[in-house]
Amino acid sequence: MNHDFSKLPDIIEKHPKSPQSLIAVLQDIQKEYHYLPCEALKLTAEALDLPLSKVFSVSTFYNAFSLDPRGEKVIRICTGTTCHIRGAKQIEHQLETQLNIKSGETTEDMKFTLEVVNCVGACAMAPVVIVNDEYFGSVKLTDTRKLLKGGNNAN
Amino acid sequence: MVIEPRGTLYPRVKVKDVEKIIESSIVNDEPEKTLLYSPNGNSSSVEKYKNIPFYAKQQRIALRNLGMIDQYRIEDYIATGGYQGLAKALTDMTPETIVDEVKQSGLRGRGGAGFSAGRKWATCASAEETPHYVICNGDEGDPGAFMDRSIMEGDPHSVLEGMIICARAVNSHEGYIYVREEYPLAIMNLQLAIEQATSYGLLGDNILGTGFSFTLKVSKGGGAFVCGESSALMRSVGGDVGEPRAKYVRSVLKGLHDKPTVLNNVESFANIPPIIVNGGKWFASIGTEKSTGTKAFSLVGKVRNTGLIEVPMGTTLREIIYDIGGGIQDDRPFKAVQTGGPSGGCLPKEKLDLPVDFDSLTEADSMMGSGGMIVMDDQTCVVDLAKYFLKFLVEESCGKCTPCREGLYQLHSLVDKMSDGRAVESDLVLAENLSKSIMIGSLCGLGKSGPNPFISTLKYFREEYIAHIRDKKCPAKVCPSLISYEIIEGPCDGCMACAPACAVKAITGEKGKLHVIDQNICDRCGACKAICTRQAIEIH
Repeated sequence: MNHDFSKLPDIIEKHPKSPQSLIAVLQDIQKEYHYLPCEALKLTAEALDLPLSKVFSVSTFYNAFSLDPRGEKVIRICTGTTCHIRGAKQIEHQLETQLNIKSGETTEDMKFTLEVVNCVGACAMAPVVIVNDEYFGSVKLTDTRKLLKGGNNAN
Repeated sequence: MVIEPRGTLYPRVKVKDVEKIIESSIVNDEPEKTLLYSPNGNSSSVEKYKNIPFYAKQQRIALRNLGMIDQYRIEDYIATGGYQGLAKALTDMTPETIVDEVKQSGLRGRGGAGFSAGRKWATCASAEETPHYVICNGDEGDPGAFMDRSIMEGDPHSVLEGMIICARAVNSHEGYIYVREEYPLAIMNLQLAIEQATSYGLLGDNILGTGFSFTLKVSKGGGAFVCGESSALMRSVGGDVGEPRAKYVRSVLKGLHDKPTVLNNVESFANIPPIIVNGGKWFASIGTEKSTGTKAFSLVGKVRNTGLIEVPMGTTLREIIYDIGGGIQDDRPFKAVQTGGPSGGCLPKEKLDLPVDFDSLTEADSMMGSGGMIVMDDQTCVVDLAKYFLKFLVEESCGKCTPCREGLYQLHSLVDKMSDGRAVESDLVLAENLSKSIMIGSLCGLGKSGPNPFISTLKYFREEYIAHIRDKKCPAKVCPSLISYEIIEGPCDGCMACAPACAVKAITGEKGKLHVIDQNICDRCGACKAICTRQAIEIH
């Protein structure tokens, strides 16, 4: 992974230099790189004058942060209660088998990351799968291959 | 589509219908009869949405503007009476009379615990330490609940107005709205609403020229369920990990940065402006004596009409599920309704006539929670459901206290054994005892109520647990280890659809001939059943 880390100081600069900004800074870094590179954690700790252990603890506590690089397409399966009773588990299982990874993992070619996410609040259209930022509702077991291919005609 | 002011409702409008609707409804002011809603497809159609059972039993206070105004225009909110409550609170009322009005309304926190909002405000207002903070809890973490998301997205100014009124009442000049990161649109709409309100002089310095100042910021969560807990949320707003603390001193006295803080949820704040405009007495006249007003629910699951509803407190579950929800999908039997999210419980059909209010639900071993209401039919397995919630809580436990971190983990293992057919009957006793320890020993609400999904399903559906343990059977045919998929001769015409759909290649057969599932390979994912159009695959 080669990253252009020159953007990091600008991202950090945008926030007030206070411990209260820690989560917001990490969220912006995660948004830019889709994960939190080790260098970023060190820079954040220095900039906000916090121990690195503190930055590490916050970045591992919240589900929104990932310390591992993620794939081009992040597939998130909603596992809210409604999605669960309408078959989210089976959809997760199907995608795991088709991609040959467990949820939380990324394919070797860095194309796909499979994740489960707690309720996204779109329960009326359960079960829901989100591919990058696109929401697909009432997903059927037979739709999974379409989701992996392009996604656009899945619904 | 609703055409006002007649209130004519056209469901499922297609592009080709638009011309007819304009001709009838707008040009001639007559409803287009062929396109009206007709219940169950019979001929008698209903014109006005207010007369449809789904709407007729509802009363909308917190959700008053949803779908009625353009959420991106503050002018729309103001045109429907928005910010009148704020103007009244700032010019005609003192902080004391605002608190009194809220106390008189009997409003109890809509986030789950149901603590009196008026008393909370009074405690904060009289706290000597300064500054005081106002925080809105928009960390709607209960899976299956999306009332708050809809309010933040569809009527953000109602939350802002409620918060500014609160700030005035408790003399606060700085507030935060904590929103979970899974709700990007809510964050965007709130930020826009804050900008608009600031430019209109409704937020910031010298609000409406009264000399009162209050600033608001959106604080984005990091995807941790426990951050809905007050002390964890305040830590998270402060940039820290969201670990709760023991509440020897309540967060209203030592909250954000250890200063006095009022924390209410989105729905509570959205109720404030109408209370100020119409008076606390008006609000208290709705609902029941101890649970006043209305409550918004997200009615979802195996129910015919899914969506957001708002009903007076005291409405029965039966009215909600059958009159408003239209009954169970595909006319299957009702099995249970889950309320209160992972900390709540399941109520069986014997409890259908229970009035929905804070105290009745708690007495029945469930809870109001934030308002998720998930309806289940006979194809939902309660053991699987309990396992699902426990897994959720194991992952979301912050890990600070041992009873919650280790106890829930072990409880999940036990229920997993049951669902997997590996449990013995003594496991049930062990799980019950363990549940008691977790409930007594945990630090915050997450652990204290963590075993609820297990306890309440066991209370009402013990025989189903016994079936899993003793008979190794899953009556709802859900738990993968206790079921098998079989292709039946007759309906199967060898169409070859199922074999390629099987990800583990367990299905063999030739075109036009009966296919067979190899039970040793089959991982019971259900893909074959989903694709089969001839109902040739049965679960045993």
